[in-house]
Amino acid sequence: MATSFQIVVCGTLVPDPLQTLEPVIGLAGPSLKNEMMLPAILDPWAGHALFEAAHLARTAPGSKVWLVSLGPKAKLQQVMMTVAQKAPFELVALDGPASGFSDSFETAGALAAGIEGIAGLDRSRLLLFGGWESASRGAGSTLQMVGERLGIVEQFQGVDRIAFREDGSFEVLERIEGGKHQISVCTAPPAVLGWATGHLPEPRNNPQVGMANMRAIMPALQRAKAAPLANTGLCFASVSLPKQQRQTRIVKDLSTAEIAREIVAWIGEE
Amino acid sequence: MESILLLAHTEPDGSLAKPALEALAAALALGGELTVGLVGMETQAAANQIAGTGAARILAVTGEAFTQSRYATDAAAAEALCRAARAKLVLAPGTSRWSRALPGVAYRLHGRVDTHATSLTLRNEVPAVTRWFYRQRMEAVLTRQQRPWIVLLDAGCVPAWNGPAGTATVEAVAVDLPPTRTTVTGIQAPKADEQTIRPDAKLLFVAGAGWTKKQADGAVHGAEAEALILGFLRTAKASLGGSKSLVDLSGEGEAVLQFMTHLNQIGQTGSTPRHPKGLSTCCHGEEPHAVGWRFINERRAINLDPNCGWARGKADVLYVADAFAVMREVNRTLGQENS
Repeated sequence: MATSFQIVVCGTLVPDPLQTLEPVIGLAGPSLKNEMMLPAILDPWAGHALFEAAHLARTAPGSKVWLVSLGPKAKLQQVMMTVAQKAPFELVALDGPASGFSDSFETAGALAAGIEGIAGLDRSRLLLFGGWESASRGAGSTLQMVGERLGIVEQFQGVDRIAFREDGSFEVLERIEGGKHQISVCTAPPAVLGWATGHLPEPRNNPQVGMANMRAIMPALQRAKAAPLANTGLCFASVSLPKQQRQTRIVKDLSTAEIAREIVAWIGEE
Repeated sequence: MESILLLAHTEPDGSLAKPALEALAAALALGGELTVGLVGMETQAAANQIAGTGAARILAVTGEAFTQSRYATDAAAAEALCRAARAKLVLAPGTSRWSRALPGVAYRLHGRVDTHATSLTLRNEVPAVTRWFYRQRMEAVLTRQQRPWIVLLDAGCVPAWNGPAGTATVEAVAVDLPPTRTTVTGIQAPKADEQTIRPDAKLLFVAGAGWTKKQADGAVHGAEAEALILGFLRTAKASLGGSKSLVDLSGEGEAVLQFMTHLNQIGQTGSTPRHPKGLSTCCHGEEPHAVGWRFINERRAINLDPNCGWARGKADVLYVADAFAVMREVNRTLGQENS
């Protein structure tokens, strides 16, 4: 591939999905109970974006990947210990909340400022990656606003594949309704791509990549600028766990044929 | 009540789809002065379709460029409609097209956006949005001071508006076409008989990783699992979902359920579809997976483990049985009924 890219991936941490989450409402708004104690992982769709970015950078020599991450510095350090082994990147850390209750508008502002602060970033070759939705806020609105702040109006969401062509253009597959993909062609970067699952498996841990990454990650964490988010004008009236607990009927003694008849009858009920 | 703008894009046939009519119903229920903003190649038919709503104005951005679902043109059209309507609250269906474009429009208008709203109601005389956080694990009600406030309503949360058609007067809104480097070239969809994702299906059938494990005879029965599942989907007209573990296996190239892709994935890192009924098979119903079932009303599961997650208040009925045997029998019974 003749073109090289400057790939900036936006992604932060989320609580490990196996954890039990409980909301609490304090003076500053809602948060998770024992939020700082919960084990965290890199947000899954942002992770896919990072793996796709690393894959693309490998195929386009001269490309570089940055991971711009907004989260509590101590938690970021924890998560980076694992993520750093997956793919080569340079971390741009922003010390602020990674809460799902943070406003996407303000989050976008902080991320855009972080990206604008990257020295020597060539915006004409910029591909802004991220997860199309986070596993925390799940809004799917942050990347678009980061793109707008950076003046990028070629935007794609729910991306499962990009394929670059010899002329520098690229084809994008975006998820749309009904299990379909929309195919678009963009003639050149810059562009925003909010990734869904993509098509790459999670890379195996590579300790050598991890060591190389961590040499730059620790100073980046120390340099992390404070990025407080005030949630101005946003008011949560309530945050609650779903209350519905079903009375499960456990059927152990029916024959296969009886179970099948019961299921077929149930499917046919209006 | 504040003024409301309902944004809707037309379908290829010029009509408004169900999600747009649902958002329209939600907008009408709020009771404020309603303006409708339409985007598409041709919008008169769509305007006529909703002529009976009593909307104060129907604005439209029309033209060839707005046929395609593309960020630059959609955002320009929506921005122009918002500026022309000057509404405080902007409501739109949470389609892939609007979900891509409207957050950027909120930024351009110095407003705010909330997506995946499941309801929009008045609370102490101000609009309040209900939406889920942490992948459907907790539900919040929120209000905002900033305006315009753009709200994208998820499909299937409100009964669609159903009123008389008529002849509507449409005010054209001019848009300077933004420069764009993107061209939509097509849609990639499975063939009709291979389609496994059916958003309007009455039943969601979810397959777990158990389908690909060794069975009682010590062998893996992947081919039979495929035949049973596809046979059931065809006869029951069901939509297919998969647990993450099963979908990941398919992605790693293992010889399992070839039709299963990440698009089928249900749960924490997949989708949360809306269907009246759901049948889970060979899946343990642990929390990261079961959150994808948040909007499935009636739930049944087939699993060999009587202590699996489904037994802990997540399913209405748990059949402790071999899914292969049960589904074989279900397919046979359905086949007999259909013939």
